[in-house]
Amino acid sequence: MSVESPTAERAELPAERGFFGRMAAGTAHSLRLLCTSKSGMVGFFILVFFTLVAIFGPLIAPQDPAASSSYSSHILAAPSSAHLLGTEENGRDVLSLLILGTRISMIVGISAALVSAVIGGIIGISAGFFGGWIDNSLTAVDDWFLVIPFLPLAIVLVSLLGPRASDLPFGKLSIVILVIGVTGWAGTSRIIRSQVLSVKERMFVERSHALGASTFWILRKQILPNVLPLIFANTILIIALSILAESTLSFLGLGDITHPSWGTMLDTANESGAVSAGAWWYFIPPGLCICLLVMGFTLVGYAIEEIINPRLRERQ
Amino acid sequence: MKPVLKKCAVALGTLVFVLVFNFFLFRIAGNPKNDLIRGNPRLSEAGRERLIHQRGLDQGYLTQFRIYVDDTLHGDFGTSFQTNQPVSTMMWAALPNTLILVGISTLLATLIGSWLGIYAAANRGSPGDTGVVQSSLFFYAMPDFWVGMVLIWFFAVEVGLFPTGQKSEPGASFSTLGYMWNVAQHATLPIITLTIGIIGQYVVIMRSSLADVMGEDFVTTARAIGLPRHRVLRRATRNAILPVVALSAITLGFVVSGATVVETLFSWPGMGLLSYNAILNKDYPVMQGVFLVASAAVIVANLIADLAYTYLDPRVRTS
Repeated sequence: MSVESPTAERAELPAERGFFGRMAAGTAHSLRLLCTSKSGMVGFFILVFFTLVAIFGPLIAPQDPAASSSYSSHILAAPSSAHLLGTEENGRDVLSLLILGTRISMIVGISAALVSAVIGGIIGISAGFFGGWIDNSLTAVDDWFLVIPFLPLAIVLVSLLGPRASDLPFGKLSIVILVIGVTGWAGTSRIIRSQVLSVKERMFVERSHALGASTFWILRKQILPNVLPLIFANTILIIALSILAESTLSFLGLGDITHPSWGTMLDTANESGAVSAGAWWYFIPPGLCICLLVMGFTLVGYAIEEIINPRLRERQ
Repeated sequence: MKPVLKKCAVALGTLVFVLVFNFFLFRIAGNPKNDLIRGNPRLSEAGRERLIHQRGLDQGYLTQFRIYVDDTLHGDFGTSFQTNQPVSTMMWAALPNTLILVGISTLLATLIGSWLGIYAAANRGSPGDTGVVQSSLFFYAMPDFWVGMVLIWFFAVEVGLFPTGQKSEPGASFSTLGYMWNVAQHATLPIITLTIGIIGQYVVIMRSSLADVMGEDFVTTARAIGLPRHRVLRRATRNAILPVVALSAITLGFVVSGATVVETLFSWPGMGLLSYNAILNKDYPVMQGVFLVASAAVIVANLIADLAYTYLDPRVRTS
């Protein structure tokens, strides 16, 4: 499906304020527009909430789950005033694990989506802009990544790269990020490619060509600004998918147990028999948090997409 | 006819690409012969040498590649490191189980999802519409294994209505009908889990497709000549159903890989559980086989969806 966006005209205006100036102006503008969409606002507040929890996690959490003092003999104890969400199989406070897991789930989701955005952006722009055999071969690779089932590929990659985890910063966490990012860019590049195809045909690009602008200049000054909003909206939606992907990999035991995320919590809850013990306080909260965060990113992503492409708004 | 041929050629090309890539993917980490030995710990040194030689793992990569392509083209995916059974036998045993789960849940999701989508599009802007859209988004956002955990906790542990996992009661002997009833009981929770996992997309796609069609001229005309509401809706729906058909085909393409997590959670002996166990045990031939079949299924399903589009929608056919 091709996405034809009318942002092109708007985005070429503020060329004088430098990259960050434009980004700031664009962000402020988007936020104002976001306020006009009710579901976008809901999503935005969800994201603000979880971001605050992620940043101030260690200050809010009642316990430090990494400290040996947090382990106790109260195993899988029901919620009480001492432990608002009860305890897990090692007697640790579930609420603390939940709060500190926020950070991991968000970091993995956002970084993996950034990896996808960079790969998808570069491939999509090159395919759309250069055309010819470059387009054909890149589209073939893209096709392949679109049909490859995500989970087997991700699982294979994690288990293959797993032994090399110690060479990387953050160990296995970066492998999870890389694998999710590398397997998740195909949709992005497809959308970017069709946008570049339409921008390339516009009059201002033709004029620059005629005036002798270099390819690199056109790419940087005319193509990139016109696809960045689209990459941005798409990345937000990919974050949601990456968070789900991370939880799935962690649930299958392929996550990084030294950096426990919400998915890791669900894995340990399942492994420790919390489900058959009826310890709902252990596995319901992490799942709900994943749900809410994924919804938050999706709602904001949709709202931004509607801002970029008003045709979608009319359809709603 | 030309675009059809071109689509088939592209699909075939992707398939070949998968075949080649598959071989290298499983050799990035080095020669898998160490994992073969780990799968057979009680063999003597000579026995190991013989086993490695028998599987062709002492050959160069080029020879191994030739053996691999040759085997695959003959429908033989090699021999498992763990069970020493042919991989194809293991896959043939697992495939029907997965088909039951994914087939039924795709059917349920298509029916219920499109019905909800039609309802939402017909009552656009109403509280009912908002409710349907928000809850399908919520369903979309839920990790499917978590849905399964909650269902197991509630329906199997607390209420005791359904078993917690596996395909049938282990060790019990049944009549044919009794066995089927037992399997049905075991399959219920995984099927509900999968259905909840995929239904959201059907609602959203049906709703937006129908909303698009509702804005077209022929619907306005039908309304203007005073056709009753349900007949207008029926005409519009017929024109809006195509994306849903395509989505069903694409969902079925994930028959092999889509249920991995749910099967693992419920210990359901399908392709997903097979591949999960293969990964745990570094059983490369099984992983390789499952990966190839899974990708092939998606490619074929996409091709069918694509061709169905071309066939069913004259606008696509002529453009």
